[in-house]
Amino acid sequence: MKKKLTTVDFCGTKEQEEKLVAVIAELKDTKGAMMPILQKAQEIYGYLPVEVMRIIAAHTGKSLEEIFGIATFYSQFALNPKGKVSIAVCLGTACYVKGSGDIYNKVGEELGLVGGGTTSDGKFSLEATRCIGACGLAPVLTVNEQVYGRLTTADIKGILDQYR
Amino acid sequence: METVNIKINGRDYAVESGITILEAARYAGIDIPTLCYLKEINEIGACRLCLVEVKGARGPVTACVYPVSEGMEITTNSPAIMKARKMNLQLLLSNHKKDCLSCVRSTTCELQKLCNEYDVDEHYFSGERTEHAVDDKSPIIRDNDKCILCRRCVAACQNMQEIGVIGANDRGFDTSIGSYFKKPLADTSCINCGQCIVACPVGALYERDDTAKVFAALADPEMHVAICTAPSVRAQIGECFGYEPGTDTEGKMIAAIKRLGFDGVYDMNLTADLTIMEEATEFLGRVKNGGVLPMITSCSPGWIKYCEHYFPEMTENLSTCKSPQQMFGATYKTYYAQKMGIDPKKIFFVSAIPCTAKKFEVGRPNQAAAGVPDVDVAITTRELARMIQKAGINFRALEDEKFDIPFSIGSGAGAIFGATGGVMEAALRTAAEVIEGKPLECVDFNEVRGTAGIKRATYKLGGKEIRVAVASGTANAKKLLTAVKNGEEKVDFIEIMACPGGCVNGGGQPYQPAVVRNNVDLRAKRASVLYTADKNMDIRKSHENSDVKRLYDEFFGEPNSHKAHEILHTSYVKRGL
Amino acid sequence: MKSLAELVLIKEKMKDQIIPSAGSDEIRVVVGLATCGIAAGARPVLSTLLEGVEKADLGDKVSVTQTGCIGICQYEPVVEVYEPGKDKITYVKMTAEKAARVVEEHLKGGKVVTEYTIGNNLVGQAEKKDNAPDSLNDVIFYEKQTRVALRNCGVINPEVIDEYIARDGYAALAKVLTEMTPDEVIDTVLASGLRGRGGAGFPTGKKWQLARNLVKDGGKKYVCCNADEGDPGAFMDRSVLEGDPHAVLEAMAIAGYAIGADEGYIYVRAEYPIAIHRLEIALNQARQYGLLGKDIFGTGFNFDISLRFGAGAFVCGEETSLMTSIEGKRGEPRPRPPFPAVKGLFDRPTILNNVETYANIAQIILKGADWFASMGTEKSKGTKVFALGGKITNTGLVEIPMGTPLREVIEVIGGGIPHGKKFKAAQTGGPSGGCIPAHLIDTPIDYDNLLAIGSMMGSGGLIVMDEDNCMVDIARFFLDFTVDESCGKCTPCRVGTKRMLEILDKIIAGKGELEDIDRLEELANYIKSASLCGLGQTAPNPVISTLRYFRDEYIAHVVDKKCPAGVCKSLLRYSIDKEKCIGCGMCAKNCPADAISKTDYTAPGHKLPSLAIDAAKCVKCGVCMQNCKFGAVEKK
Repeated sequence: MKKKLTTVDFCGTKEQEEKLVAVIAELKDTKGAMMPILQKAQEIYGYLPVEVMRIIAAHTGKSLEEIFGIATFYSQFALNPKGKVSIAVCLGTACYVKGSGDIYNKVGEELGLVGGGTTSDGKFSLEATRCIGACGLAPVLTVNEQVYGRLTTADIKGILDQYR
Repeated sequence: METVNIKINGRDYAVESGITILEAARYAGIDIPTLCYLKEINEIGACRLCLVEVKGARGPVTACVYPVSEGMEITTNSPAIMKARKMNLQLLLSNHKKDCLSCVRSTTCELQKLCNEYDVDEHYFSGERTEHAVDDKSPIIRDNDKCILCRRCVAACQNMQEIGVIGANDRGFDTSIGSYFKKPLADTSCINCGQCIVACPVGALYERDDTAKVFAALADPEMHVAICTAPSVRAQIGECFGYEPGTDTEGKMIAAIKRLGFDGVYDMNLTADLTIMEEATEFLGRVKNGGVLPMITSCSPGWIKYCEHYFPEMTENLSTCKSPQQMFGATYKTYYAQKMGIDPKKIFFVSAIPCTAKKFEVGRPNQAAAGVPDVDVAITTRELARMIQKAGINFRALEDEKFDIPFSIGSGAGAIFGATGGVMEAALRTAAEVIEGKPLECVDFNEVRGTAGIKRATYKLGGKEIRVAVASGTANAKKLLTAVKNGEEKVDFIEIMACPGGCVNGGGQPYQPAVVRNNVDLRAKRASVLYTADKNMDIRKSHENSDVKRLYDEFFGEPNSHKAHEILHTSYVKRGL
Repeated sequence: MKSLAELVLIKEKMKDQIIPSAGSDEIRVVVGLATCGIAAGARPVLSTLLEGVEKADLGDKVSVTQTGCIGICQYEPVVEVYEPGKDKITYVKMTAEKAARVVEEHLKGGKVVTEYTIGNNLVGQAEKKDNAPDSLNDVIFYEKQTRVALRNCGVINPEVIDEYIARDGYAALAKVLTEMTPDEVIDTVLASGLRGRGGAGFPTGKKWQLARNLVKDGGKKYVCCNADEGDPGAFMDRSVLEGDPHAVLEAMAIAGYAIGADEGYIYVRAEYPIAIHRLEIALNQARQYGLLGKDIFGTGFNFDISLRFGAGAFVCGEETSLMTSIEGKRGEPRPRPPFPAVKGLFDRPTILNNVETYANIAQIILKGADWFASMGTEKSKGTKVFALGGKITNTGLVEIPMGTPLREVIEVIGGGIPHGKKFKAAQTGGPSGGCIPAHLIDTPIDYDNLLAIGSMMGSGGLIVMDEDNCMVDIARFFLDFTVDESCGKCTPCRVGTKRMLEILDKIIAGKGELEDIDRLEELANYIKSASLCGLGQTAPNPVISTLRYFRDEYIAHVVDKKCPAGVCKSLLRYSIDKEKCIGCGMCAKNCPADAISKTDYTAPGHKLPSLAIDAAKCVKCGVCMQNCKFGAVEKK
């Protein structure tokens, strides 16, 4: 399991930081508090960027690497937030032979997210998924819950424009 | 000693109760192979190479952590065990960049040795390989494609040095060693101590190779190329040529370096003495003038960077003296250049040191007394040995030679710089005589000798009690400084070396496999070379070094003079984390 | 609560409220509100019942409450009605509309709505029978079970501590603290023969004994509960936590008393929000009642429990990893020795048992070791909960005495294989376990029998497979899971399982050679013997056991380049039977790969030319087969 490094600009607020610092203070005397701290931090910020880890490191005296090591061990800790508009392109076999690889690349180019990830403003995220069982509509992508099928690269801009 | 009776490979032994099978087997003259085990700092049972059979156990057991018990019957080399080790090595090789022929660790690689012994087929398994970019932005280079995830470097960084800028990230097959958010080491609070390199069994960690620059300078007829060697190098370099640890090969080392074509080969012990003159004077001045105390030594560039990152509030406590290496370069490019009429720009000054942090130090600001860097290139003991090997020089056959004048004299005080406590002792010898105004009866300050992590002593100097402390290894430094910062400990003068045991155990020392590190006290053996040299010297105090005296007479005036400050002192940065 | 008397008082007060006894005029309606019930829509059913009862002004007579998992997953949402002196009525597959009718006709009118009861909605039963049972108690699926660990699940409201007390809750803790020495507690657990329900089956009493005796320095000890149930397809522990959380808390306190610990941790999957919620409620209630905390029952015994949440790492189900994770680190296993009984959590003596193990403890204390040991086989005592799933008619949770033959579980309790297919194998132990082939269907299920035939008890997933399952594909599925979940610390597991998976992929893709099978087996045996922790040591089991019983399937993939079960896509060929094809073109129209086109041939009796599949273009998605109404598309 390899986590993709954060691609999103940090826009944490003072309130969020205060909340996190309060959480750390509350857990000061708890043994092995790093997991609950990271869980709460993710609740507060939605993900765990370096800025949040710095706050945790500063208030716990743990090294940044130790925190990063923990965050990348457990699959529930996220280094990237899901975009408000979450796009998944199916790279299952049926879609793939119908050119979903090109669709994936096209979406990546359009959004500046080649290879997947989340835009720095946190609006769009792109991922490749395994077969979603819509082979008959191949190639397909989903935007949040909405499925778009029988796509060509020419359709991509139009679809994305609906969400911009 | 309580003993238990055990059988190893059918033979009876009585061994100390509570020791591990690995240790017991060593008593029996058998080295069970390991890749991850480092005594006391990495007992994680991860590599699975040390598996042995124990009669009655459910399956093979991990010798490195499994304690012996009465009546235990151990088999270390059954066909099944040997097959398992072979499988293990073949799996490691299936995810290993196999450029063994040219790898920096070829012939010193622990994996290579085992693969050879176990007759592995390096292509037995194939499949996906994890791929990483080489991190070469700092003097310490990390090539994860060769990493076998034994985590010895992590143990050195986290457990031994308590720095922890590298650790295991991600999970499963994708696990890799690195820094937070995969930053290059240069962007972290790594202090370049190089203990990770020393711990690495393979070629995944090594220092930036600067030998090509030295060879190029040596080949340039326009350049005057000089080198000085640190006290510890002579106590280590023999190991690269098959000598036992703890062999003094000063004469052969000099002879070999001269054959490389240097225009001058000098002894850094001289500037160790110079450092003492400056540092002892600085200390006495601080005591007298109510300066910032405790004063802390500044010879170890790993320690300097550590202080800047982790104790930025204490940089005022650091002595402003440059390290002996930098003092040498600075003196050479000012005093010697003037004296010999050489343009400092045409001087290429090399230092040979058992240190990787020195490579960082040469590029620090405020280390260019003559308007050009004081030292052009710092090479480790290993690099120096490689240069000698590459040049085809038959080290072992050489007749001893001597350092070049005029920088050939080093006192015993300078010699012991390479061991923890050495700088403190050297400084005390000079400071005591300066204050007392009469020769010392005994120059040995035994309280600050030895490989203990923290040493403390109190001496009466000129009727005043001076409390000193010596720490080596940053974990001990952290402990000591935290106590000082919190007012729990009152000290006037502190020596700190970044590496446990001091330079003799520096990040640039010769490779020694874990089996040696776990069983031989390398620090003590190498340090004994320095202390023997000290004992046998006529001059054992820095201020009695005639070369040093001449330097002050002809050039600097007196210690801490304005000129000395300009050339021999430096400044620090508060880096923080 | 400072005394036993108070506990008895609560029990007396609550007695009639759980299962109304004859003579009372109370009716109790419970709605299964565990994860699966909620997912199936139990919440609107509950609110409809509540509103309906209120509207009908039945509040005095009828109580409506939630309960945990009743164990019949495919019938959710489930509503059960208890009337004094009568067998309970089990309504299944409920909706808000159906609930309204139950209020009207049954609760108000006194007439059971048989149309909705379990007997008239049995899965796999084509027609309704006369005299179909209206109560789950009379359905064979349930009749054959023995409920010890699950005794309160689906009966009490897990969020009300009084209901637990009414069912003898905390009486075992009271007994232990007031009548027994720690050694007597351990002896009782030892004598019961209880073995760990989480995997390897280590005797629980032995574990406690070691933790009590090996270190006696007066320092801290810990009691941990493994609720990090990570096997795909297993949810026994979740059901207990959701349905009877106090049973775990009580048992942990008993364990604490036995080994000399005053602190406990429950490490629970973060993916179990309802279990966590109910645990939190239970902890607060127990603390309020003084059943956790300082000076419990005035005996001077202190014990409290903290919750810790997993964060998505299967390896944390391994005991040393779990402890490392509670310590706030990467959940990597540690070498043993030192064993947790000597040096566990925070380097102190620690015991770790899983949820189901704890769920048996109070019953053993109350009913005695002999009672427990009377169930099961010689070396495996008591009962075991299984999550029955896969190709079986009745999926759900079943608790059966150890030693029950697999045949009874599959054919009787499970109701057999649906669609007339043939039973091929059962998989137990999840990614750590193995397959039991059809010819061993009469194996009595216990620890040692399962181990002997190359499987293991594991935590209790029991997946049934029929002739349509490819065993190579199943082995690959589990291995893919372990590769994903390997922590990466030790070489055999980190690199070895990956190489095994790659070999399996090669075989499934039709590129395997016979040597690959040998190499796979060689690797499997090596990883099993050399890995650091239980995850790695058991990771090859699915491969080893399928190789043992279904080697011919591997060979078919490698030599004949065929998947006998027709699962492995690369080895499949879709073709159209030109005689059956009427030429409608539905297949071609839906083919995502444009791989189907018309031929020149028209079958006798048909008007249009038949179609054919271009194998080179076909992606084997099967859409053509789904769209052919004439059965002309074949898969080989």
